[in-house]
Amino acid sequence: MNLFQIFDTITTVEPEFNERISPRREAIRNMMSFGKKVGIAAIPFVLSDLLKKAYGQTAPKDVTGVLNYALTLEYLEAEFYTLAAEKSGLIPSGRPLQAIKTIRDHEVAHVNFLKEVLGNAAVPKPTFDFTAGGTFDSVFSDYDTFLALAQAFEDTGVRAYKGQAGILKGNQVVLTAALQIHSAEARHASHIRQMRRARGGAAENQKPWITGANDSGIGSVVDPIYAGEDNKVQAGVDISMLPGISGRISDNAATQSFDEPLTADSVLDIAGLFIVHD
Amino acid sequence: MKHTHTTSKDLAVQDNERPDKILQRRNFLKLVGAGATGIALLSVTGCKKDDSPPDDMGGKGFYFGSGDIAILNYAYALEQLEAAFYIEMIKNPYANISEWEKTLFTDIRDHEIAHREFFKKALGDKAIDPLEFDFSKVNFSNRENVLATAKVFEDLGVSAYNGAGWLIANGDYLLLAGKIVSVEARHAALVRDLIDNGSFADSEVIDSNGLDVSNSPTKVLQAAAPFIKSKVDVSDLPTY
Repeated sequence: MNLFQIFDTITTVEPEFNERISPRREAIRNMMSFGKKVGIAAIPFVLSDLLKKAYGQTAPKDVTGVLNYALTLEYLEAEFYTLAAEKSGLIPSGRPLQAIKTIRDHEVAHVNFLKEVLGNAAVPKPTFDFTAGGTFDSVFSDYDTFLALAQAFEDTGVRAYKGQAGILKGNQVVLTAALQIHSAEARHASHIRQMRRARGGAAENQKPWITGANDSGIGSVVDPIYAGEDNKVQAGVDISMLPGISGRISDNAATQSFDEPLTADSVLDIAGLFIVHD
Repeated sequence: MKHTHTTSKDLAVQDNERPDKILQRRNFLKLVGAGATGIALLSVTGCKKDDSPPDDMGGKGFYFGSGDIAILNYAYALEQLEAAFYIEMIKNPYANISEWEKTLFTDIRDHEIAHREFFKKALGDKAIDPLEFDFSKVNFSNRENVLATAKVFEDLGVSAYNGAGWLIANGDYLLLAGKIVSVEARHAALVRDLIDNGSFADSEVIDSNGLDVSNSPTKVLQAAAPFIKSKVDVSDLPTY
């Protein structure tokens, strides 16, 4: 695949595209020059938005759309954890494996729940490739790679549900269920972050909450997953200017205390990396 | 109940088909557990259900107002409760608290203060007055007791935002609630793991559909009541 040819094609069609994508293109260029040794850091999480037109994923516009969007993400998470939990030697037995099985069970339950709710309107499960085309060859053989991806999926999931709340506004049944899934995903994210911290290394400073615009220790390639998480202004109020215990609320606390949404387009870009397209 | 359900023709879900399944509530008393020794009824002053309340009035003493303002004051009250608890906790940390736990709980304290101050600022003159709290039942020198109380507050906070979301009419406020509730869920999971590693999302809070707890404002306020000294007026707070 010639990435830069795709860039050029899109640029021709959408003149402003180049301007918008420029920093990302730079990131991808840099990343590609790193070569294979970068391993996990080489995940091109920004790549697939260039290919979106090829597979026609679109942002949801109504309640059914939101539920199918959610279902697609839950399919991804459920299969991810199901495969991981079955892979012998990947996850240490005892508490770590038990925690992953707990999360797996929830994701499988979310799939079943959403399928049941959607009935005939449910989209089928896509075919997933958790190596993202070979980028993550070790996803089910290296524990740290697996955990890093798990964190990426959970933090993305939390942002994804939040981004769709508006479409479900006022709907007691569907909005409430979506919020209930949303907070379950946040609990997962919190725990996975603690599991990563326990592993030390690049994740040794990981907290259960998100600080700034990419605290993952995974590298700049997951920037799209955390883009905007450094926001300090809520409804026109700069949180870092509000009174705290000694002086103002710290910048870190200001970003940690509010999780940010992610647009459906951004989420589909991220998820699309792991979906096999014909 | 003034709020109606927005439905779509495409919507595969009809309220009358699945409410039992989707809205299945867990035994709330179990959730609150030993943290609240008794559930007192709220001290509600005034009951003017028959009057049409002026829209979105609030901020007179402990009157929450109506509509979205009331929901925001409800959130403000819960954030005041959590902030007050963690301020006290960090002021008097339990015996032999580790550096890491102190760091985490200082973070949580600051998050709750940020939430509290945000609502205060956003509500302006419609904000209720600062509430007074009663933590006399909490033994702040005892880790187990403090963590058990924190767990109740965090799980309660999550259930409160989950349960109030659909009552919010303004999309911006709904998004703000969404931004806060997942942070509360991150807190809840951590506190649970500190009590018992692996209990971050156990069956006490996540049901067989993988859904977290959701509770109506009335139920949440009943659970919080033992800790709230001030006599709040929630007579026009949307609930169900």
